[in-house]
Amino acid sequence: MIPESDPWLILLVVVPLLAAPVCVLLRSAGGAWSLATAVSWAVFAIALKLMDTVMEHGQAVYRIGGWDAPWGIEYVLDPVGAFVVVIVAAIGAIILPYAKRSVEKEIRRDRIYLFYTMLLLCLSGLLGITVTGDAFNLFVFLEISSLSSYVLISLGNDRRALTASFRYLIMGTIGATFYIIGVGLMYQVTGTLNIADLKTIMPAVEDTRTIHAALAFLTVGISLKLALFPLHMWLPNAYTFAPSVVTAFLAATATKVSAYILLRIMFTVFGAVDLFESFPLQPVLIIMALAAMFLASLSAIWQENVKRMMAYSSIAQIGYIVLGIALATEAGITGGVIHMFNHALMKGTAFMAIGAVVYATGAVTLKDLEGIGKRMPMTMAAFVIAGLGLIGVPLTPGFVSKWQLVSASLEVDMWPLAALILLSSLLAVMYIWRVFEVAYLRQPQTPLQNTREAPLSMLLPTWVLAALAIYFGANATFTLDLAHAAAQQLMGGY
Amino acid sequence: MFDWSSLKDYAGLLNYWVVIVLMMSGFYVVIAQHNMIKKIVGLNIFQVSVFVFYISMGKVDGGSAPILKDGIDVYSNPLPHVLILTAIVVGVATTALALALVVRINHSYGTIEEDEIQAIEHDEEDIA
Repeated sequence: MIPESDPWLILLVVVPLLAAPVCVLLRSAGGAWSLATAVSWAVFAIALKLMDTVMEHGQAVYRIGGWDAPWGIEYVLDPVGAFVVVIVAAIGAIILPYAKRSVEKEIRRDRIYLFYTMLLLCLSGLLGITVTGDAFNLFVFLEISSLSSYVLISLGNDRRALTASFRYLIMGTIGATFYIIGVGLMYQVTGTLNIADLKTIMPAVEDTRTIHAALAFLTVGISLKLALFPLHMWLPNAYTFAPSVVTAFLAATATKVSAYILLRIMFTVFGAVDLFESFPLQPVLIIMALAAMFLASLSAIWQENVKRMMAYSSIAQIGYIVLGIALATEAGITGGVIHMFNHALMKGTAFMAIGAVVYATGAVTLKDLEGIGKRMPMTMAAFVIAGLGLIGVPLTPGFVSKWQLVSASLEVDMWPLAALILLSSLLAVMYIWRVFEVAYLRQPQTPLQNTREAPLSMLLPTWVLAALAIYFGANATFTLDLAHAAAQQLMGGY
Repeated sequence: MFDWSSLKDYAGLLNYWVVIVLMMSGFYVVIAQHNMIKKIVGLNIFQVSVFVFYISMGKVDGGSAPILKDGIDVYSNPLPHVLILTAIVVGVATTALALALVVRINHSYGTIEEDEIQAIEHDEEDIA
């Protein structure tokens, strides 16, 4: 039976996409912000509605123009997709209220409406990637989100934001082009672009060199967008010099969506093929993930700039996500998927707290932040919660995902992996401690004497996210069930 | 005796040879050049190779344009051709954005040579 078309699926993408040019027409900073905020909340409501539908029926489908797949483009949302859609939409809805004051301070007034235009385009692109059931359509959304994020990053105050954006553009375009080369090679052999259709045809053609080459191009291309070690070179500068809001938004969503593409390719497009049996992909991915966990954490320890420290920490956390995916067991994927959610919560909180500090003091380097914990107790408390989560202390979301990853590695008898996961957490202790020590155990210096807490409009969203982190850290049944359902469906196929 | 038919096989793949040569030279330029404009040129060559790749794979031997007409029953596949229209648009947008960034980089650094910019940034980090 063909399921009914669910129009909410297309609205999820079209609403922010259409709101973006309206922002340009408004031309006023306040108007653009109001519209963007309203849209982000509407999108979040639609995302929850879709999540509900998916929980009830297993999936939601929309056929564009009424054309049946595989001829027309279809939008499909399954449990994994719904999970990622809710992450992206929730982060969007929380970050926009926060953005108002931060953006007013960091971006020239006559450019603010363009900022919101780009943010909406980026949101729409990220959501589009998650809902589309067409491999080429995915590329289009990938470029919509990428092009808008290059612009968002270049809006940073420091001139190094421009070069960071340029380097990201070069790397990102190569990544996306690799992706379409892969899609093209698959199309040559299978004659289809529909992801579900690709899955059914794949077993018949998997042993051709064309498909091997396609898989190689796809993996490398996505890894570039994902900033998987050693293809992460663009990320630290991009996150460091982008406006605070952009860093928080991209760190919490963009890499998660790239991880989602990786999941889609490996477990849906190649879902009917025993991918890890026929290609030596698993050891490669595990080694890259481990290298990311250790080397990026080590780099984080030596950073003086807190934003850059958190950027390196992001690369390390991506390592955990990829490690879970690479285990290719139900438990492993559950760990990877739940870490996508938990990391979005923790890194979102951390970068929003840093953004609030930048708003109040204008400083991001450790030596300028001595005693900041005494001046901005609420902001730094949120940062500490996020930091504890990154370490993986019990009762934080980081503990849930690390527990899941450790038990997943024990399940497949890879106990050295379990040990390495725990060991890498110690590195996180070191960099988080450096911030903690500077913020709490030192006396505020003269420049910070008059520093006051960030405005409520920034503090409140930061704390909403921190509270969510505490809640889902203490009570992970709900998220674990969701992640498990997603993993089950990925392993079983639809 | 030289086997002419095998040569024909290779000649039939001429488009793909062109694709590989373009792709690798574009990629090399992106990596090896320090000048940002040259990098963008390399990126464009790299992308164009993908356009050629898609267009070649849609072509069917002896096929005509996909328009219904009496006496024609072999058609080329129009889908990859249409797809690549989209990719061309994306490529143009990327190039425009990259060039705009280079203009602003030139304004604020006074150079578009990557190594010189790196040296400037390095000095700045020492001071900061």
